[in-house]
Amino acid sequence: MRPADEMELAEAVRGAAAPFVIRGGGTRGIGRPAPGEVLETGGLSGVELYEPGALTLVARAGTPLAEVQAVLAGERQRLSFEPPDLRGLLGRTGEATLGGVAASNASGPRRVQSGAARDSLIGVRFVDGTGAVVKNGGRVMKNVTGYDLVKLMAGSHGTLGVLTEVAFRVQAIPEAEATLVGEGLGAEAALAALRRALGSPFDVSGAAFAGGRALVRVEGMAGSVAYRAGQLRALLGGWAIAEGAASAALWQAVRDVTALAGRPGALWRLSVVPTEALRVPRALEATGIAHEAAWDWGGGLLWLLVPEGGAEVVRAAVKGIGHATLVRGDLPGVPVFPPEPQEVAALTAGLRAKFDPKALFNRGLMG
Amino acid sequence: MQMPEPDAGVIARKAEIVAGLRRLLPADAVIDNPAETRVYECDGLTAYRCPPLAAVLPRTTEEVAAVLRFCQGAGVPVVPRGSGTSLAGGAMPTADALILGLARMNAVLETDYENRFIRVQTGRTNLSVTGAVEADGFFYAPDPSSQLACAIAGNIGMNSGGAHCLKYGVTTNNLLGVTLVTMAGEVVTIGGPWSDAGGLDLLGVICGSEGQLGVVTEAWLRILPKPEGARPVLMGFGSSEDAGACVAAIIKSGILPVAIEFMDRPCIRATEDFCKAGYPDCEALLIVEVEGSPAEIDEQLVRIKDIAAAHEPVAIREAADEDEAKRIWLGRKSAFGAMGQMGDYMCLDGTIPVSELPRVLNRIGEMSRETGLMVANVFHAGDGNMHPLILFDANRPGDLERVEELGADILKLCVEVGGCLTGEHGVGIEKRDLMPVQFGPADLEAQMRVKDVFDPRWLMNPAKVFPLEASAGRRAG
Repeated sequence: MRPADEMELAEAVRGAAAPFVIRGGGTRGIGRPAPGEVLETGGLSGVELYEPGALTLVARAGTPLAEVQAVLAGERQRLSFEPPDLRGLLGRTGEATLGGVAASNASGPRRVQSGAARDSLIGVRFVDGTGAVVKNGGRVMKNVTGYDLVKLMAGSHGTLGVLTEVAFRVQAIPEAEATLVGEGLGAEAALAALRRALGSPFDVSGAAFAGGRALVRVEGMAGSVAYRAGQLRALLGGWAIAEGAASAALWQAVRDVTALAGRPGALWRLSVVPTEALRVPRALEATGIAHEAAWDWGGGLLWLLVPEGGAEVVRAAVKGIGHATLVRGDLPGVPVFPPEPQEVAALTAGLRAKFDPKALFNRGLMG
Repeated sequence: MQMPEPDAGVIARKAEIVAGLRRLLPADAVIDNPAETRVYECDGLTAYRCPPLAAVLPRTTEEVAAVLRFCQGAGVPVVPRGSGTSLAGGAMPTADALILGLARMNAVLETDYENRFIRVQTGRTNLSVTGAVEADGFFYAPDPSSQLACAIAGNIGMNSGGAHCLKYGVTTNNLLGVTLVTMAGEVVTIGGPWSDAGGLDLLGVICGSEGQLGVVTEAWLRILPKPEGARPVLMGFGSSEDAGACVAAIIKSGILPVAIEFMDRPCIRATEDFCKAGYPDCEALLIVEVEGSPAEIDEQLVRIKDIAAAHEPVAIREAADEDEAKRIWLGRKSAFGAMGQMGDYMCLDGTIPVSELPRVLNRIGEMSRETGLMVANVFHAGDGNMHPLILFDANRPGDLERVEELGADILKLCVEVGGCLTGEHGVGIEKRDLMPVQFGPADLEAQMRVKDVFDPRWLMNPAKVFPLEASAGRRAG
C-alpha cells in the first residue's frame, strides 16, 4: 500500500484489521521481518517549508533524504547529525527517506558534538494505530508545550505510529574542516587519545578508531580550524593532518562503517560508556570468538562483526555499561533490540498498547 | 485560575495520612503544621496560592518510593517540587495534595571526566552542578536564569533552557539518564552514562513532563569541557525590526554564537535606571556572545560586525576585558529585577520562528498601544524564545484580568506565526487552558495516554498541563 497523503493513510489505518510493515526507503530498517502488508511512505513526499534564516526544514516523511540534502546544500546548510548511509553495510538498495532517518534515530560521527537525530528533530506529525492524526513539537527549537512525543517517536522504528511529516533544525556547513590522523595505534592508546581530545576545549566534532587508525575532527571558520587542529596535534603528539575533501572522505567511511561492509557474519551496534569500549571485544577474545571492531563517538559507539555465535557473550558483557542491538544477521532466539528490565518493558508495552492497540505497525519488531 | 475541587475525603483523613507518612520517614521529614506548610502554597507564579495538605522532604530514593506507594494506596494526590522556582505554577499544590520536596536530596553521587558525565541527586541546584566540576575545567550547559536557586529536578520536569542553549541545547539534550519513581512506588532506571536509548526513548518523554509521570530522584547529566574564553559584543539599533533582521542574518551566516540576547527601548531604559550598565540610547540592542581562544573570538566578532553593518547599527561596544564583559551582561541579567522596580509584571515565554521576529515585535507594539498596557521585550533572540513583560498594577481592580487577556493574545500570535505557547517555562497551570490554541483533541489525547501508562490513576500533579475539561474523565478515575 502506498497512500498518496496523510488523510488516505489515516483512513486505511482506521479500517485495518491486518498488520502493516512500515517502509520508508528500506535502507536502514533492522530486525526480523514483521508480518503484514508493506505500507510505503513514498507517496508522502516533498519539502514543505525551508527557512534557512531560521535553520528549519519541514518535509513529508517519505521525502528522499538525498532531495532534502540537495535543498539544504543549495543554502550551504546540512543536517548536523550526519545520518549514515548503511546500504553497503546492511546489503540494501533503495533511497533513504527523511522519515526513516527520524524513525531510526540515525546519527553519525557528529553526534558527539551536536547530538543525535532526536536532538535535531523538533516536530512530527504521525498517524497512530487508531487512525488518529497526531502532531507534536513544531518548527521552533525552544518548545516545551506539552509532552515531548517527538523524542518518543524518534527511534521508535514505526512501532508507535507512521510518521507523515518531520521538522528538523538544520545547521550551516562550516567553511573548513580538518582531521588529525593517528596511525598504528593500539586500541587502548587510541581510545584514550580520543577521550583526551573530547575532554579538551577544542570543540571536537568527530572521534573514531578502526583498523589501527584514530581520527579526530574539527570544523568551523578557517582560522579557528587551523588553530584548534594545531592545539590538538600538540595534545595528541604529532598526528598527521588531513584537510577539506580528504578529511570529508575519512568521515564518510566512518559514518557508513565501510570497514565492516560487505562481509558475512552477525553485525552488532553497541552504545557503551566510552571508558568501557574494550570490555565486549575482550570478552569475545577471552572465549576465543573471532570478531572485528570499529569505534566512533570517542569509544561510545562500537560496531562489532562476529562471523559466528557470540550473542550471549556480547549481551552479557555489555550489561551495566550500555546496550547492544543486532543490526544484521539472524541468530535464532536472540532478540534484535536490547532486552529491557521488567519495569521498563512494562512501560514500553503500555505505550505500545495505547498508541497501537491493534498491534498494526511492525508487529513484534521491538518487543 | 480554576482548580479542581479538592477531595473532601482526603482532607478529612489528614491526621491518618500524616500518621502513615510519619511511619515511613524520619520525624523531621514530614511537615503538617499549617504555619510551616504555608511556604509551599505557591512557586514562582505567586499570583495563585493554596496551602497543601502536608509536605514531605525525603532524603533517599527509597523514601520517595515508600511515600508514593503509600499515597497511591491512600488516593492522595502528590505534587513534586524541586526548588519551587517554576514560573508556570508547576509546583502549586491543591488542598488535598501532598508536596513531595526534593530539597534535601542534593548530593553529587559520581563525577566522571573521562566519560564526561556527573550523576547527582536531583534536589541539587543547577549552578552547583557546574560548581562541582568547574575547578576541573568542566561545566553543565543548561543555564536557566534562576540557576542559583532552581533544582535539576525542576529543570528535568520543565525541560529548562537558558541563555546559552542556542549552542548547547536545553535540558533534554544534556540529560543522559534518570532514576524515576512512579506513583506506584516502582523505582525505574532509564538511560545511563551512554548515548541513545536501546528501545523506546522514554527519557525523551520524561524530560519536560512537568512532574506528571514520576519523581526523578537521580540524574546522569552530560558535562562539557569549558571553552578557552568567551566575549560579548553589544550592538544598538534604530528599530526593533532592524535588530530582529540582524539576528536572522547572523544565524543564517553559519556563525553559532553561544547567546544572542535582545532588549527593546522600555527594557533598556528600565535597566539603565536600575543598574547603570551604560547601555546606548537606542530602540533595541543585541548582546551577542561568542566562545573560543582570543584569536577565534576576534575572527567571529569581525564577521558579526560585518553582518550587523548592513542593518545600520547606531552603537557597537566590544568588551576589552572581563570587567567590560560583565558590564555588557549586567543590564541583561538585571532586566527582570529592573522591571520589578517599575511595578508588577507578567512574564510571557512564547517562541516564534526567528524569521518572524520583526513582524511579531511590531504587532506586540500595536497591541501595547491598543490596550494601554506597557510591554517590554527581553529575550533569547537566537532561538526565537521571547519574554515579553507586561507591566501593570496588581492593586488596581481589573488590571490582572486585562494583563492575562493581553498575555493570551500575544501567545496566540506566537502560535499563529508558527511558534508555541512556552519555550522554556512550561505549561503548569499558567498556560493549561491555552493548550487548545496549539493542539487539537487528538494531540492532547496522545499526550494524556502517556500519563495513563505511567500514572493510571492520575494522582501525580493531576491538574496541570492539560485543560481540566480534557482530563476530567481521567482525573476522576
